Amino acid sequence: MSGALLSVENAVVDLPTPRGNLRAVDHVDLTVGAGKTLGIVGESGCGKTMLSRAVLQLLPKKAKLSGRVMFDGQDLTTLPAEKLRKLRGRSLAVVFQDPMTSLNPVLTIGTQLIETIQEHLELDLAQARQRSIELLTAVGIPAPEQRLTQYPHQLSGGMRQRVAIAVALSCEPKLLIADEPTTALDVTIQAQILDLLAREQQRRHMAMIIITHDLGVVAGRTDEVAVMYAGRVVERAPTPALFKQMRMPYTEALLAALPKLDVPPHTPLPAISGRPPDPTRPLKGCSFSPRCRYSAGRCSTEKPRLSPAETLEHLYACFHPIAAGGRA
Amino acid sequence: MMLQAASNPLMKVENLVVEYSVGGKTIHAVSDVSLEIARGETLGLVGESGCGKSTLGRAVLQLRQAVSGKVLFDGHDLTSLKGEALRKMRRRVQLIFQDPIASLNPRRRIGDIVAEPLVIAGVKDPEERWRRVSEVLSAVGLDPALVSGRLPHEFSGGQCQRICIARSLVLNPEFVICDEPVSALDVSIRAQILNLLEEMKARYGLTLLFIAHDLAVVKAVSDRVAVMYLGRLCEVGPSEQLFARPAHPYTALLIEAIPVPDPDVRPTTSVPVGEPPSPIAPPSGCRFRTRCPRADARCASEVPELRVVAPGQFAACHHPLI
Repeated sequence: MSGALLSVENAVVDLPTPRGNLRAVDHVDLTVGAGKTLGIVGESGCGKTMLSRAVLQLLPKKAKLSGRVMFDGQDLTTLPAEKLRKLRGRSLAVVFQDPMTSLNPVLTIGTQLIETIQEHLELDLAQARQRSIELLTAVGIPAPEQRLTQYPHQLSGGMRQRVAIAVALSCEPKLLIADEPTTALDVTIQAQILDLLAREQQRRHMAMIIITHDLGVVAGRTDEVAVMYAGRVVERAPTPALFKQMRMPYTEALLAALPKLDVPPHTPLPAISGRPPDPTRPLKGCSFSPRCRYSAGRCSTEKPRLSPAETLEHLYACFHPIAAGGRA
Repeated sequence: MMLQAASNPLMKVENLVVEYSVGGKTIHAVSDVSLEIARGETLGLVGESGCGKSTLGRAVLQLRQAVSGKVLFDGHDLTSLKGEALRKMRRRVQLIFQDPIASLNPRRRIGDIVAEPLVIAGVKDPEERWRRVSEVLSAVGLDPALVSGRLPHEFSGGQCQRICIARSLVLNPEFVICDEPVSALDVSIRAQILNLLEEMKARYGLTLLFIAHDLAVVKAVSDRVAVMYLGRLCEVGPSEQLFARPAHPYTALLIEAIPVPDPDVRPTTSVPVGEPPSPIAPPSGCRFRTRCPRADARCASEVPELRVVAPGQFAACHHPLI
């Protein structure tokens, strides 16, 4: 796709394990346009985090990546380490689930912000300090001047995540990857952090990838959603189109399995039976077929390809998709 | 306080206060909480991390000592029981934890793990123990012959939670405290475990205290819901009624903050900025007042008592929404 800021082409990530090769990401294609927000949804072990690490070129040492990761006109997979380091933090930033893993516990908030800013931008100390204060204000941290002298452990989880977001935004990145940014936070704080990310994304016209296991998080806050299962993208669509008409049974089952507020108590939930396949023992057919209630015929022998529904933007990988307006 | 609607309560918590000290400072984890849970009922207890909901669950089981207050289980005050008498009573009350993998000893076989409560309770006959173990393992959907010789690491998180549930049921308890039993599990597994808990409740005639931070999860299984904030109860009421017409501004905030999986529902941005204050120095008066849009001078000076706002529904607020 032309005009995309990020395009992942045929990405495969293999991890050697004692039990054999683990294919964490299996032939994934994705694009994110400038200023757009993509949600990647899936359960633990589906490969969503490995995919984001592949984009960031932060895969474990033993992992093997094939395919291309085109970002802003360059293929990141062939970029020398020094150039990559300059790119990460500058135009490619990341916010992790646990802010304690991205913040250094022995450095003050101020040091970490100012260091990042000075590493990438030509600013003197006073200017960098001023910019840090502006950033902390923008992410909703009260009394930012005092926060600069504090250490991460002196802040609450929500405040730490705000600081991590401030660090990520400090160099005006073109793309921000938020990997489960609110999973470790309480529900009232989650809403605030998601609002903050959405606001800054629009204000800065920055592209964003939100990685989450919660369909509720992506529903109101993304332009496009990719659903992953067992290393593959199994459905991809503009967000409104996806929620209007899910085609892939897994997406539908995932949504149905969520407890809903408008359902009376003690209503049995439509659970998905079984569990995801062992990633070191890939299935011949569709990875979801053993758990799928529509599975039949070639589902267990042949892998369905990601193919378009009514529109070219809505793709799904299923031999027995849910028909428009319900199951045929 | 005869506040809650339950008739024939199996569990009754009266003016419970739990505090502990960390680095010379006192944490007010549970402050003057009263609750009743009727026989056969599921009471959901919701609140954010640090609100004291887990501490309350543990204090009910006497795993954490209360500063004052009573915990009446089937008429017996657990806070005054000690030694053998307490151990006997505890057999009737069980606990399921959040992290199913961490709550199983990695070096012991599943059969031994599930039989352990029976050994402690003095069931000496191995055949009798095996009969009970295989019954509860089958009940939670596992094949006893297949799983009992295996070790916890051979199982997924969802299966480990099934094993924990089996262990909690092996002594035929009447009351089970579930402390965030599904929050460590994936969405597709979470529904299986919630359904299983409901089945077990019906099959064994259990009464449940279901502790969680996720309101939708709590609503799915609870007859009544209690909302906790910074050590105090804000609101108690029948699930459907509480979600349809919350009286306490904090309950309303929690409901509003849930992300809805529907792109037509725009996320609300009316959530007030701010975070819960520290339980070391909770605000005077109403503890929610620092984040509450309706707070005034009275809220700072006077602790609101739980009062009836609708049939069966109680809220501790000077300016309730209904």
